Amino acid sequence: MALTSARIVTPATARMGEIIEIKTLARHPMETGYRRDDRGRQIARDIIGTFRVTYNAVEIFQADLSQGIAANPFIAFTTVAMETGDIIATWTDLAGREISAKARITIT
Amino acid sequence: MTISHGEPTMLAATLSRRGVISGGVAITLVPFASWPGAAQSEAGQLTDAISRATGGRTPLAAGVKLDLPELAENGFSVPLNVTIDSPMTERDHVRFITIVSEKNPAPQIARFTLGPRAGRAAVRTHVRLADTQRIAAVAETSTGRFLIGVADVVVTISACTNGG
Amino acid sequence: MKPPRRLISVIACSVLAVSSALAETPQPKRSGTSFLGPALQAQQRDDDANPAMLWVDQGKALWTKAVGITGRSCAACHGAPDSMKGVATRYPRIDGPTGRLLNLELRINVCRARHQNAEPLAYESAELLALTAFVAKQSRGMPIGVAVDGAARPHYEAGKTFFSTRQGQLNLACSQCHDDNWGRMLRGDAISQGHPTGYPAYRIEWQTVGSLHRRLRACSLGVRAEVLPFGSPEYLDLELYLMARAGGLLLETPAIRK
Repeated sequence: MALTSARIVTPATARMGEIIEIKTLARHPMETGYRRDDRGRQIARDIIGTFRVTYNAVEIFQADLSQGIAANPFIAFTTVAMETGDIIATWTDLAGREISAKARITIT
Repeated sequence: MTISHGEPTMLAATLSRRGVISGGVAITLVPFASWPGAAQSEAGQLTDAISRATGGRTPLAAGVKLDLPELAENGFSVPLNVTIDSPMTERDHVRFITIVSEKNPAPQIARFTLGPRAGRAAVRTHVRLADTQRIAAVAETSTGRFLIGVADVVVTISACTNGG
Repeated sequence: MKPPRRLISVIACSVLAVSSALAETPQPKRSGTSFLGPALQAQQRDDDANPAMLWVDQGKALWTKAVGITGRSCAACHGAPDSMKGVATRYPRIDGPTGRLLNLELRINVCRARHQNAEPLAYESAELLALTAFVAKQSRGMPIGVAVDGAARPHYEAGKTFFSTRQGQLNLACSQCHDDNWGRMLRGDAISQGHPTGYPAYRIEWQTVGSLHRRLRACSLGVRAEVLPFGSPEYLDLELYLMARAGGLLLETPAIRK
């Protein structure tokens, strides 16, 4: 399943040194590989395997996912607001397809 | 007519009986009580998965707060919050948080990689739980310590689950 | 000591037969959200944790996308999305030119045919769910209020009859669960009042967003009745009755449901 949409949300502004939460969602069925279709054929496993997040090109968070993560994965984590810039999340499925989403944060 | 958890209501009794007669699976329920006599292999799965996460070392049962609902409304999506007690400094921070399962077909649910820039060792996600079971979160710190927290979750199936 | 199962069923059937004759619209009205556990309620309150927002985002992109022979987008006629504020609270409604009863999904497709010269989007396709969810979300928090007079009246009456008619192998009417027994436990779940306040909704069982008609099809399947096609006249009439019955409740699209 192609990765069709994803979102990343951070506060638009933060004080230097403030700990902020980053919330992400990606649209993906996270097909387990255990299910069968109407004709009894096994549906192949199709999941997002890795999730990476950079803040001004420096990696700040990474996750290895399995089919034990719910469909349309929600992942939230924290980072220290350091500088004005872009926080970019990238989801990669087992076939190597990718989607990214970007949030801009401004230090006040 | 008094109705409470676990007691079949008249309506439910009617539905379930007819569901059975028509060969249907319209109304199903995982018992509220945990499974008696869980197979040894399942407990073994959790122990093995923890052992893989720690490289064989025994984790300390401290500093890990693993929050899952005691009663999950649907195993397809169960909120999981994990927080590790850590200063998250350059010298002493949580490097990895591994979430492992006792009864899912895939023992490792997820592995998160963090660093001092996280500020806090806290991750939230939604997991799939195949059954009523114990979940564990194993943290590895930059100082080489392994910490563990566990949570027991009862998984139910909605009354109207029918594949429609 | 437990009475024999057969006896329980016979009693249950007669209890239901009596109570369905006394069926009343539930009071006070409660949306499906209030029957969810705290975790799912919290997830619905937070757009950034509600996966249905991924479909709303897609709908937002489709709103400004030029389509059809005319090369016109939704926005080319309607402008900013807030022009859709309140619209979803008034559907299903009668389409002036044709006199047909349309719900929001069918209204979007009529728009495509009439104004964009574009092919209709398949019912339950990701695109139609996305556009419908996006349009409906503009009315989030506004009270539902459909018209049931004039040409809509026969549709309302037909929907009301459908709602209270026993059907399927389980021989159950919608009203027997959602009027007579709401709030009681059906196994592990509290039975809701059956108000369609949040559709298209993200249903955990589906692990995706689906339309109200998908939910109605699951209800039909649940009582072992004929599962009718998406957009069928029977479900449209029922949708009108349900929205009238939910009158005054606030629209919650995109909701989360179990």
